[in-house]
Amino acid sequence: MATIIIPTPLRKYTAQKRRFETRENTLSGALEQLMEEHPQVRQNLLDDEGKVRSYIKLYIGDEEVNPDESRTFQLDENTEISIVPAIAGGYQSAEQPAEYSTG
Amino acid sequence: MKLNIAPQAYQNMQDHAESDYPKECCGFLYGQEEEIRQLQISRRVVNAREGDQRRRFQIDPKDYQEAEEYALIHDLDLLGVYHSHPDHPAVPSEHDREIAMPWFSYLIISVQDGNVTATRSWRLNERHEFGEEPIEITELLTDKPKT
Repeated sequence: MATIIIPTPLRKYTAQKRRFETRENTLSGALEQLMEEHPQVRQNLLDDEGKVRSYIKLYIGDEEVNPDESRTFQLDENTEISIVPAIAGGYQSAEQPAEYSTG
Repeated sequence: MKLNIAPQAYQNMQDHAESDYPKECCGFLYGQEEEIRQLQISRRVVNAREGDQRRRFQIDPKDYQEAEEYALIHDLDLLGVYHSHPDHPAVPSEHDREIAMPWFSYLIISVQDGNVTATRSWRLNERHEFGEEPIEITELLTDKPKT
Protein backbone atom coordinates (compact mmCIF):
# COMPACT_ATOMS: atom_id res chain seq x y z
CA MET A 1 0.00 0.00 0.00
CA ALA A 2 1.16 3.56 -0.66
CA THR A 3 1.56 5.82 2.35
CA ILE A 4 0.86 9.51 2.93
CA ILE A 5 2.98 11.17 5.62
CA ILE A 6 0.84 13.70 7.50
CA PRO A 7 2.65 16.84 8.77
CA THR A 8 2.29 17.65 12.46
CA PRO A 9 -0.11 20.63 12.07
CA LEU A 10 -2.65 18.49 10.20
CA ARG A 11 -2.59 15.57 12.63
CA LYS A 12 -5.24 17.18 14.78
CA TYR A 13 -7.54 16.34 11.86
CA THR A 14 -6.32 12.73 11.42
CA ALA A 15 -6.77 11.55 15.02
CA GLN A 16 -2.99 12.10 15.49
CA LYS A 17 -2.16 9.59 12.77
CA ARG A 18 1.23 10.29 11.19
CA ARG A 19 0.88 7.78 8.37
CA PHE A 20 -2.16 7.16 6.18
CA GLU A 21 -2.11 3.99 4.09
CA THR A 22 -4.04 3.71 0.87
CA ARG A 23 -4.67 1.17 -1.88
CA GLU A 24 -5.48 3.93 -4.40
CA ASN A 25 -3.18 3.86 -7.39
CA THR A 26 -3.11 7.55 -8.31
CA LEU A 27 -1.94 10.50 -6.22
CA SER A 28 -5.25 12.32 -6.57
CA GLY A 29 -7.13 9.17 -5.54
CA ALA A 30 -4.95 8.79 -2.46
CA LEU A 31 -5.48 12.41 -1.40
CA GLU A 32 -9.21 12.11 -1.99
CA GLN A 33 -9.39 9.02 0.20
CA LEU A 34 -7.47 10.83 2.94
CA MET A 35 -9.92 13.75 2.82
CA GLU A 36 -12.96 11.46 2.76
CA GLU A 37 -11.81 9.64 5.87
CA HIS A 38 -10.64 12.84 7.58
CA PRO A 39 -12.90 15.61 6.21
CA GLN A 40 -11.27 18.49 8.11
CA VAL A 41 -8.05 17.93 6.18
CA ARG A 42 -9.79 19.19 3.04
CA GLN A 43 -10.09 22.85 4.01
CA ASN A 44 -6.43 22.96 5.00
CA LEU A 45 -5.15 21.12 1.96
CA LEU A 46 -7.30 22.62 -0.80
CA ASP A 47 -8.23 26.18 -1.71
CA ASP A 48 -11.71 27.42 -2.69
CA GLU A 49 -11.18 26.15 -6.24
CA GLY A 50 -10.35 22.65 -5.05
CA LYS A 51 -6.67 22.95 -5.89
CA VAL A 52 -3.85 22.09 -3.51
CA ARG A 53 -3.02 25.31 -1.65
CA SER A 54 0.00 27.17 -3.00
CA TYR A 55 1.86 26.87 0.30
CA ILE A 56 1.39 23.10 0.51
CA LYS A 57 3.98 21.02 -1.33
CA LEU A 58 3.73 17.36 -2.23
CA TYR A 59 6.84 15.21 -2.29
CA ILE A 60 7.40 11.65 -3.37
CA GLY A 61 10.71 10.70 -1.86
CA ASP A 62 12.96 13.69 -2.48
CA GLU A 63 11.09 14.88 -5.56
CA GLU A 64 8.46 17.62 -5.49
CA VAL A 65 5.37 16.65 -7.45
CA ASN A 66 3.22 19.09 -9.40
CA PRO A 67 -0.29 18.76 -7.90
CA ASP A 68 -1.78 19.42 -11.37
CA GLU A 69 -0.34 16.06 -12.44
CA SER A 70 -1.77 14.18 -9.48
CA ARG A 71 -4.53 12.49 -11.52
CA THR A 72 -2.04 10.77 -13.73
CA PHE A 73 0.67 10.20 -11.16
CA GLN A 74 0.78 6.47 -10.50
CA LEU A 75 1.53 5.03 -7.08
CA ASP A 76 2.87 1.63 -6.21
CA GLU A 77 2.79 -0.14 -2.88
CA ASN A 78 6.09 1.36 -1.77
CA THR A 79 5.33 4.96 -2.68
CA GLU A 80 5.64 7.40 0.21
CA ILE A 81 3.96 10.76 -0.30
CA SER A 82 4.84 13.64 2.03
CA ILE A 83 2.59 16.66 2.58
CA VAL A 84 4.97 19.51 3.35
CA PRO A 85 3.85 22.99 4.45
CA ALA A 86 5.99 25.70 2.86
CA ILE A 87 6.82 27.74 5.95
CA ALA A 88 7.33 31.43 5.18
CA GLY A 89 6.27 34.89 6.28
CA GLY A 90 7.72 38.07 7.64
CA TYR A 91 6.94 41.70 8.02
CA GLN A 92 6.62 43.59 4.76
CA SER A 93 6.92 47.25 5.69
CA ALA A 94 4.15 48.41 3.39
CA GLU A 95 1.53 46.07 4.72
CA GLN A 96 -0.85 46.07 7.62
CA PRO A 97 -0.65 43.68 10.56
CA ALA A 98 -3.02 40.75 10.36
CA GLU A 99 -6.24 40.89 12.33
CA TYR A 100 -5.61 39.27 15.66
CA SER A 101 -6.82 39.07 19.19
CA THR A 102 -4.62 39.28 22.25
CA GLY A 103 -4.45 36.78 25.08
CA MET B 1 -3.88 28.12 25.46
CA LYS B 2 -0.45 28.85 26.90
CA LEU B 3 3.18 28.22 26.01
CA ASN B 4 5.83 27.50 28.64
CA ILE B 5 9.36 28.03 27.30
CA ALA B 6 12.56 26.59 28.77
CA PRO B 7 15.07 29.40 29.48
CA GLN B 8 17.75 27.83 27.26
CA ALA B 9 15.38 27.55 24.29
CA TYR B 10 14.26 31.15 24.83
CA GLN B 11 17.82 32.47 25.01
CA ASN B 12 18.79 30.61 21.85
CA MET B 13 16.02 32.35 19.90
CA GLN B 14 16.89 35.78 21.32
CA ASP B 15 20.56 35.34 20.40
CA HIS B 16 19.63 34.16 16.91
CA ALA B 17 17.33 37.13 16.29
CA GLU B 18 19.99 39.62 17.39
CA SER B 19 22.88 37.99 15.52
CA ASP B 20 20.93 37.89 12.23
CA TYR B 21 19.67 41.48 12.55
CA PRO B 22 18.77 43.31 10.31
CA LYS B 23 17.74 40.14 8.50
CA GLU B 24 14.87 37.97 9.60
CA CYS B 25 15.87 34.74 11.30
CA CYS B 26 13.79 31.58 11.65
CA GLY B 27 13.76 28.21 13.36
CA PHE B 28 11.70 25.36 14.74
CA LEU B 29 10.14 24.78 18.15
CA TYR B 30 10.06 21.37 19.83
CA GLY B 31 8.66 20.02 23.06
CA GLN B 32 5.62 18.30 24.44
CA GLU B 33 1.98 18.98 23.73
CA GLU B 34 0.37 18.94 27.14
CA GLU B 35 -2.41 20.92 28.76
CA ILE B 36 0.09 23.77 28.74
CA ARG B 37 2.35 23.46 25.71
CA GLN B 38 5.95 22.85 26.80
CA LEU B 39 8.65 24.28 24.51
CA GLN B 40 11.89 22.50 25.38
CA ILE B 41 14.12 23.13 22.37
CA SER B 42 14.48 25.78 19.67
CA ARG B 43 16.58 24.91 16.63
CA ARG B 44 17.88 27.42 14.15
CA VAL B 45 17.32 26.96 10.45
CA VAL B 46 18.66 28.88 7.45
CA ASN B 47 16.44 31.62 6.06
CA ALA B 48 16.09 30.31 2.50
CA ARG B 49 14.37 33.41 1.17
CA GLU B 50 16.12 34.64 -1.98
CA GLY B 51 16.84 38.35 -2.17
CA ASP B 52 16.09 40.81 0.61
CA GLN B 53 15.75 38.94 3.92
CA ARG B 54 15.00 42.00 6.04
CA ARG B 55 11.23 41.64 5.60
CA ARG B 56 10.72 38.02 4.66
CA PHE B 57 11.75 34.54 5.65
CA GLN B 58 11.27 31.16 4.08
CA ILE B 59 12.12 27.65 5.22
CA ASP B 60 13.28 25.13 2.64
CA PRO B 61 10.84 22.20 2.38
CA LYS B 62 13.78 19.83 2.86
CA ASP B 63 14.54 21.55 6.18
CA TYR B 64 10.89 21.17 7.15
CA GLN B 65 11.00 17.43 6.43
CA GLU B 66 14.21 17.16 8.46
CA ALA B 67 12.49 18.97 11.34
CA GLU B 68 9.64 16.44 11.34
CA GLU B 69 12.22 13.65 11.33
CA TYR B 70 14.12 15.23 14.23
CA ALA B 71 10.92 15.36 16.29
CA LEU B 72 10.14 11.74 15.52
CA ILE B 73 13.64 10.49 16.38
CA HIS B 74 13.78 12.42 19.67
CA ASP B 75 10.21 11.67 20.76
CA LEU B 76 9.29 15.34 20.67
CA ASP B 77 6.39 17.23 19.13
CA LEU B 78 7.15 19.76 16.42
CA LEU B 79 5.28 22.62 18.08
CA GLY B 80 5.80 25.44 15.64
CA VAL B 81 8.11 28.02 14.16
CA TYR B 82 9.82 31.18 15.32
CA HIS B 83 10.97 34.15 13.28
CA SER B 84 12.07 37.71 13.87
CA HIS B 85 10.62 41.07 12.80
CA PRO B 86 13.57 43.47 12.56
CA ASP B 87 12.45 47.01 13.50
CA HIS B 88 8.80 45.94 13.57
CA PRO B 89 6.47 44.76 16.32
CA ALA B 90 6.10 41.14 17.38
CA VAL B 91 2.70 40.79 15.79
CA PRO B 92 1.86 38.66 12.75
CA SER B 93 1.66 40.34 9.38
CA GLU B 94 -1.16 39.62 6.96
CA HIS B 95 1.34 37.58 4.96
CA ASP B 96 2.16 35.53 8.08
CA ARG B 97 -1.52 34.82 8.60
CA GLU B 98 -2.40 33.90 5.03
CA ILE B 99 0.03 31.01 4.85
CA ALA B 100 0.00 29.91 8.48
CA MET B 101 -0.83 26.33 9.42
CA PRO B 102 -3.32 25.33 12.13
CA TRP B 103 -2.14 24.09 15.52
CA PHE B 104 1.41 25.46 15.20
CA SER B 105 2.71 28.12 17.58
CA TYR B 106 4.11 31.09 15.64
CA LEU B 107 6.57 32.84 17.90
CA ILE B 108 7.66 36.30 16.72
CA ILE B 109 10.63 38.24 18.08
CA SER B 110 10.78 41.99 17.63
CA VAL B 111 14.32 43.35 17.26
CA GLN B 112 14.82 47.12 17.43
CA ASP B 113 18.24 48.52 16.50
CA GLY B 114 19.76 45.09 17.05
CA ASN B 115 18.23 44.39 20.46
CA VAL B 116 15.28 42.14 21.24
CA THR B 117 12.44 44.20 22.67
CA ALA B 118 9.49 41.79 22.63
CA THR B 119 8.65 38.12 22.09
CA ARG B 120 5.08 37.01 21.54
CA SER B 121 3.43 33.82 20.34
CA TRP B 122 0.36 33.34 18.15
CA ARG B 123 -1.89 30.49 17.08
CA LEU B 124 -4.61 30.28 14.46
CA ASN B 125 -8.19 29.79 15.51
CA GLU B 126 -10.83 27.93 13.50
CA ARG B 127 -11.62 31.12 11.54
CA HIS B 128 -7.98 31.29 10.43
CA GLU B 129 -7.33 34.35 12.60
CA PHE B 130 -4.40 34.66 14.96
CA GLY B 131 -4.98 34.72 18.70
CA GLU B 132 -2.19 35.52 21.11
CA GLU B 133 -0.81 32.59 23.09
CA PRO B 134 0.55 33.79 26.45
CA ILE B 135 4.12 32.71 27.11
CA GLU B 136 6.05 32.07 30.30
CA ILE B 137 9.80 31.53 30.56
CA THR B 138 10.17 28.80 33.14
CA GLU B 139 11.96 25.59 33.99
CA LEU B 140 9.73 22.90 32.54
CA LEU B 141 8.13 20.16 34.60
CA THR B 142 7.37 17.83 31.72
CA ASP B 143 7.66 14.14 32.52
CA LYS B 144 9.55 13.33 29.33
CA PRO B 145 13.33 13.82 29.35
CA LYS B 146 14.99 16.58 27.37
CA THR B 147 17.14 15.29 24.53
